Amino acid sequence: MTAYLPPRVRALIILTILIALAPMLFPSSFYYRVGTLIFINSIAVIGLVILIGYAGQISLGHAGFSGIGAYACALGPVHLGLHPFASLILGAVVSALLAWFVGRPILRLKGHYLAVATLGLGMLISMVLTNETQLTGGPDGMAVEGLGLAKAVRETLGFKVKTSVVWYWFGGGMLLIGAWLALNLYNSPTGRVLRSLHDSEIAAKTVGADVARYKLVAFVISAAYASVAGSLLALFNRFITPDIASFLHSVELVTMTVLGGAGSVLGGIAGATLLTALPQVLTMFHEYEHVMLGLIMMLVMIFMRDGLLPTLRKLMLRRAIP
Amino acid sequence: MSELLQFVFSGLTVGAVYALVALGFTIIYNASEVVNFSQGEFVMLGGMLTVFIFEAGLPLWGAAFLAIFITALVGVLLNKLAIEPARGASVVNLIIITIGASIFLRGLAQIIFDKQLHRYPSFSGDDPLHIAGATLLPQSIWVMFGAAFVFAGLYAFFTRTLTGKAILATANNRLAARLVGINTNFIMALSFGLSAAVGATAGVLVTPITLTSYDIGVMLALKGFAAAMLGGMGNPFGALVGGLFIGLIEATTAGYLTSEYKDAAAFIVILLTLFVMPQGLFGAKSMERV
Repeated sequence: MTAYLPPRVRALIILTILIALAPMLFPSSFYYRVGTLIFINSIAVIGLVILIGYAGQISLGHAGFSGIGAYACALGPVHLGLHPFASLILGAVVSALLAWFVGRPILRLKGHYLAVATLGLGMLISMVLTNETQLTGGPDGMAVEGLGLAKAVRETLGFKVKTSVVWYWFGGGMLLIGAWLALNLYNSPTGRVLRSLHDSEIAAKTVGADVARYKLVAFVISAAYASVAGSLLALFNRFITPDIASFLHSVELVTMTVLGGAGSVLGGIAGATLLTALPQVLTMFHEYEHVMLGLIMMLVMIFMRDGLLPTLRKLMLRRAIP
Repeated sequence: MSELLQFVFSGLTVGAVYALVALGFTIIYNASEVVNFSQGEFVMLGGMLTVFIFEAGLPLWGAAFLAIFITALVGVLLNKLAIEPARGASVVNLIIITIGASIFLRGLAQIIFDKQLHRYPSFSGDDPLHIAGATLLPQSIWVMFGAAFVFAGLYAFFTRTLTGKAILATANNRLAARLVGINTNFIMALSFGLSAAVGATAGVLVTPITLTSYDIGVMLALKGFAAAMLGGMGNPFGALVGGLFIGLIEATTAGYLTSEYKDAAAFIVILLTLFVMPQGLFGAKSMERV
């Protein structure tokens, strides 16, 4: 029966089932926390799937947009009196506007030049967040007002739940919305143009696509995704440091995207899951954490060039057709 | 005036280090079109290995040469174990492989050495020279002349020796180079070793001034990469100019405007330059075959 469903519906169903069933395997409420972190990282990664996987452009500075989203949620309620959720939207709008403003000159660059320009953009944002100590608290970070989800559930539905459990379902819901939007984009006219850019920019230009405009569209959308993820992380942890905008976080996001399989939303989520859960497992080896992380990054990229999910799928297909 | 001269001195010292890192990027990029993000770790290894070999009892110069040699071996191994097996992978894959290598080497250094800051004595003492009201550390002269020596040496190597010309030929066209009998795998290994040695030399020279620890590589790699891109990727002369330029901008920004945003100034200049010249200052206009 599932064979007749369009792939995007199938992907959404698989994702919903995974999110719904995963808690059955959780030995303690700590795992709800890890699950939520996975969902939040996945949202940022879906944005990068659109930019890297669909449109074929690289960015080594997307953590900067996460930083904008995070600090919008930290500063909005304090200085503008905004509701945390309104701050999240404000952050996404600011990120999208910034991406739109700087995107045009940056996206004219190609390959490594694009990498260094986006890297520079991310560094600039992270430096502002680190150095404007009076506003952001500097490297020590600052506290963030929470969303009060557990309280809202208690008051409206009348039963007590742990914050991490409510956040698990809230984060899962946000991820489903993000995935749904990205999957719809894939087969839309815009999505098709983006994918044609990936294959050959010149060919896309030849058939009349406004290449610069569509690259910008992908860049702006992915910036908004990264910003929302940053906001959610700030609201979830209720504390934020400029590390969220650091170069290392940008690299982490790109690695998640490519490790799982940059071309697909589910692949990106698989990468986010692996790289978010891995450090939790590796803390057992704490001294060797970095060595193992570096090793895994190299091995996957050498032996599974398309990323985890596409490689596994290929292996399974090979077994199915003898 | 003496103030400006002071900033120029410190700018040229840091800039010389960036230029060496950028040169390391350039050598590997030319031979293999890989941008090696673990270039900063070579600088770290150069400094750290010297520290620990020196403390083990070798004379400083012996420790320095041994450190450069070991780092070159690490470069060759990196090529053999991580880059060669990934031949033909996409740019993004290669970026992640070398970033993975950088995290790996940093983690390894953290285990083998430690997390402390280290230094060893300057090569010719710490009595500063006074020039027109500004002071200059003898070690800064070592850094600047060391970098100049490396650049001159490599220039001679690439233009006067057969092996050097073979590297240039491989950079130009791998297939054609192979057809005329150049062992391109050897050339790749050589480039990685050479690039690692250049990075380690930068680390050996600058550690008495800036100190070293297991995690200094990240920022150096970013600055060096930016310098290489600013000059135009693949052009050694561009690497030199880009490195010195970024060093000077940083030093003057820190001196006249704000030390907090000295890194920002460098990146703003890079962004603006790339907006006007998408191939960097001296980069060749690349053509893509369709």
